[in-house]
Amino acid sequence: MKELIPYMKKYRVYALLSPIMMILEVLTDVSVPYLMSRIVDIGIATQDINYVVKVGIVMIFVALAGMVFGILSSHFGARAGYGFASEIRLATFKKIQGFSFANLDKFTVSSLITRLTNDCNTIGQVAMMCLRMGIRAPSMMLLALLMALNINSSLTLVFAVSIPALVIITLVVLTKARPLFLEIQTRVDRINAVIKENLAGVGVVKSFNRQPHEEKRFKERNDGLRDTALKAISIIVFVMPLLNLIIYSTIIAVLWFGGKQVTAGTMGQGELISFITYITQIMISLMMISMFFMQLLRGVASKDRILEVWNTESEINNPLEPVTAIQDGSIEFDNVSFAYPGSSEKVLWDINLKIESGEIIGIIGSTGSAKSTLVQLIPRLYDVTEGAVRVGGVDVRDYDLKFLRDQVAFVLQKNTLFSGTIRDNMKWGNEEATDFEIITALKQAQAWEFVSKYEDGLDHWVEQGGSNFSGGQKQRLTIARALIKRPKVMILDDSTSAVDMTTDAKIQRTFREELRGITTIIIGQRISSIQYADRIIVLHEGQIESVGSHDQLLEISPIYRDIYESQQKGVAS
Amino acid sequence: MKQHGRAPQLRPRNLRKTVVRMFSYFKYNKLLFVGGLILIVLGSLARIGANGMLSPIIDSLVTEQSQALFVKNLVVMGLIVITISIAEYLGNLFMARLAQRTIHQIRTEMFSHVQKLPMSFFDRHSHGELMSTFTNDVDMLNQALEQNASQILISAVTFIGTFIMMLVISPALTAIVVLMLVFMFAATRYVGTRSAKYFRAQQAQLADMNGYIEEMMSGQKVVQVFNYEDRAINTFVDKNERLRQTSTNASTYGVMLMPIMGSLSFVLYGLVSMGGAYLAILGIVTIGNIAAFLQFTRTISRPITQVSNQLNTLFAAIAGAERIFNILDQEPEADQGEVRLVADCSGKNGLCWAVPTEDGIVYQPLKGHIQFEDVDFGYVPGQRVLKNISLWAKPGQKIAFVGSTGAGKTTITNLINRFYEIDKGKILFDGIDIRRINKHDLRSTMSIVLQDVYLFEGTVADNIRYGRLDATDEEVVEAAKLANAHYFIQHLPQGYDTVLTAGGENLSQGERQLLSIARAAVANPTVLILDEATSSVDTRTERLIGEGMDKLMEGRTTFVIAHRLSTVRDADAIMVIENGEIIERGSHEELMQQQGRYYALNTGLVELE
Repeated sequence: MKELIPYMKKYRVYALLSPIMMILEVLTDVSVPYLMSRIVDIGIATQDINYVVKVGIVMIFVALAGMVFGILSSHFGARAGYGFASEIRLATFKKIQGFSFANLDKFTVSSLITRLTNDCNTIGQVAMMCLRMGIRAPSMMLLALLMALNINSSLTLVFAVSIPALVIITLVVLTKARPLFLEIQTRVDRINAVIKENLAGVGVVKSFNRQPHEEKRFKERNDGLRDTALKAISIIVFVMPLLNLIIYSTIIAVLWFGGKQVTAGTMGQGELISFITYITQIMISLMMISMFFMQLLRGVASKDRILEVWNTESEINNPLEPVTAIQDGSIEFDNVSFAYPGSSEKVLWDINLKIESGEIIGIIGSTGSAKSTLVQLIPRLYDVTEGAVRVGGVDVRDYDLKFLRDQVAFVLQKNTLFSGTIRDNMKWGNEEATDFEIITALKQAQAWEFVSKYEDGLDHWVEQGGSNFSGGQKQRLTIARALIKRPKVMILDDSTSAVDMTTDAKIQRTFREELRGITTIIIGQRISSIQYADRIIVLHEGQIESVGSHDQLLEISPIYRDIYESQQKGVAS
Repeated sequence: MKQHGRAPQLRPRNLRKTVVRMFSYFKYNKLLFVGGLILIVLGSLARIGANGMLSPIIDSLVTEQSQALFVKNLVVMGLIVITISIAEYLGNLFMARLAQRTIHQIRTEMFSHVQKLPMSFFDRHSHGELMSTFTNDVDMLNQALEQNASQILISAVTFIGTFIMMLVISPALTAIVVLMLVFMFAATRYVGTRSAKYFRAQQAQLADMNGYIEEMMSGQKVVQVFNYEDRAINTFVDKNERLRQTSTNASTYGVMLMPIMGSLSFVLYGLVSMGGAYLAILGIVTIGNIAAFLQFTRTISRPITQVSNQLNTLFAAIAGAERIFNILDQEPEADQGEVRLVADCSGKNGLCWAVPTEDGIVYQPLKGHIQFEDVDFGYVPGQRVLKNISLWAKPGQKIAFVGSTGAGKTTITNLINRFYEIDKGKILFDGIDIRRINKHDLRSTMSIVLQDVYLFEGTVADNIRYGRLDATDEEVVEAAKLANAHYFIQHLPQGYDTVLTAGGENLSQGERQLLSIARAAVANPTVLILDEATSSVDTRTERLIGEGMDKLMEGRTTFVIAHRLSTVRDADAIMVIENGEIIERGSHEELMQQQGRYYALNTGLVELE
């Protein structure tokens, strides 16, 4: 827990005030029954009406004070708890923003999402609970016990039996029920898996007439869940009645032993009544404590998951004296080898390649030939394992990271747009971009032809992930977004696979003619996407097989020829 | 994932109707329902009784001679306590069982109903939305049935019972209580409305936050490539701060009621003891009466807090139940087909259509002749996606559809197996209108290989057998061989018994495609629909897939949606679709001669240069 505590700093006043208020509230809670016993034993017994009124008024004031303390405690607690959660969430988000690609690969997207949402929320709730229930229950128990001792120490011996009984029963039930609850969770997951499959694969299920089969599968899991749940229930429903039985038994025991003392005149009736109230308070506090520990366990799991994010260090960092000027868009791979972090298996070997500034390079090769990996080394999405990559003659590791990535625009293979207008999305490339610049880039990426058709033009809304655009439209928009950077180097990683041939050819031509100054690297599956590059690199199993123009490669590279021929049978959109 | 970015509905639209319908589920478990209710009421009454017993017990202490009475009262109390425990135990057990069984039934109904819904339903509702109803809404309903409902009942019984007991003990003291209760109700209302308001605001803010997190995490690599980190953090800080404020407010008001009601009940305690002391001195009430009455003042305020807490959850659960019922009320796929497929006959695969006519059933061999007559179709009324589509596919012929994305190629194939109902025209299968054919039988004659391969949890063999459940192991292997999948399957760790996790994530795109071809092959269909797509697959696998598909097509009526033109050349007819219309049709040679759109597609490169 100590790693998280500094994040409470901003809200430490509330984190301190909340428990204080809580203890004050508990004090009022335990003093009321005492005051009441005075009313009964002194006021009523001596028929002193003034005494009754006096103590009664004190009691009402104490109760009202308790209300104020209670409200303040819940407000401060909420401030501290949710403030703490928001600090943790922000720290986690910031941490992830600094993650390298390798870090992101290690955690999956969905696990990062649950960490930022569920886990952060849980930590906030647990923090609030610690400040409230965690203070209330023990202090209530302690104070009520003190009061009970003060009233009648011999009667408190009853607790020697009832408290252990209560603790043991709670523990036994919890240990018995816990594995069942875990099993329920896995069974719920299994049911959800079937549901998910059937929603996602509804077309397949329908076309193969497999509804009865799926229903049978679902039924098995649904029945299994019900049966486990029923088993868990038959244990868990024991708890409350049993606890109540213990509380009431304690009360009866106190009445029995206390009753004798009252008859003997050593104890007042009022004292006996207030003693019973204290029993209830003590027992309820105990139950609260056991619940508190269960909740705490939940918090610990979340804390561990958050810390896992915090303790992950990005291996790609800014150099001490970063270079913030670039000579030109030339690129050099000098004896480069690469293995993914955490893996000893090299995916790239002995890459030596010089690319002139303004050159257009095509890269082709089968899946698994490490085409994407090669180009990801240029903007330092990963760092080389051996050798060096130089842009404009300077090792990429010597550049200021932001500066480098502004100069090297990268259109990722798995690309995405974000919710907002088209203009918002384009401004990712450059916050200050004017509409004219945006439209120019859209035209160059052949996206303006459909964007201009929207009535609201650049204000046209983009759904999350760009789901309201076709694959080809999305790819064209992401190319435009990268162009707005006005980079020295442009990398297109299979970025036109969904664009139809005609449009693809137009985009390629733009790069050859209008954007001649930009060093362009195009990874493609289709020969037609890279055919007119100045040079084409054929990558095979992590090594450069051959380099040359389209015509040269047809002569010298069997792999290139093979790919070419397989695609010559005919191609359409 | 559409459910993010907006808070779920928390209040039911039609409370009464939904609750009545919910109740109708209890008729299957009448005993549990009625028994549970009785036991819970009994338990709460016994609890009041136990508190009430305090009065005679304390009183019997005052005079020495009533020792026997004291013991007797204690014994009665003991019996009541045992009653409480048993009634509570059984009542909770009954209610929990009732909840489990009801939820089990609702879940089953939902699943099998969703299976019967038409494709258009799945177009209108995102997976995320349906998933959330299946999980969150069902979960909430479960909790409501298991806990909230009985707790509200307990609260009501306790409140009424306690109030009656108070009246019995002392009407004068009860007057003080009534006065205080007015205050308590007012406080509950005040805090409750604010709490609900802030809670809604918090839910909306939370949904907004979660939506943003999901979007950013999904696009994190893009963020990095564009140096967008600082801008992302700025937006996040704003949203985070708004969430913190609304959460703090919601929580403050949500928790506040407890101390307020607790303190007010102590104020009541103080007032009652003053009043009680006064009455005791006057000799109107006994000390035992005061003791019991004071216990009651503690128990009467608790139900108020409880109910106000529970009601919000209950309403949210009912709103969820409404969404569940809404799904159950969706119209299932229409199927009035009376034409059935029968075996032992001279048609393809030994199957025949049994067509009921006025003169009795006429048997007609299954051939695989498909005909579109002037078909119009739109997913949304008024928006035609397909216009005047007419085409013929003779048994064993191969028809290819070519055209740009969104032209309507996939839509045509979705009409053949009746995923959607056409708006105008007719589709005939061996001369029979497909609307007359039983859907199950119609689909059993067809197989689809989709570009987006969907595999199910289970082994490789299970997945191939998905095409026909009673296929033997030999048939499965044979189908895999036909699809060129046998080679790679053999090299999997457990061969055909290798378990595929999460939709076949452990296979490559190409391998999944080969499996789906094998799956279609094992079904031995008369009509085949291929939505072929081989993007992001390397050349060797692409060739394997092509070969597999070619073998699969032999002797079957095949509709191919072509993304590459390699399988198109030898098609019997090629349809070029643009904007929902067939603009060109003919064989490869014919179309090339026409020098129209098909020609342009095929030679697009040359032309551009």
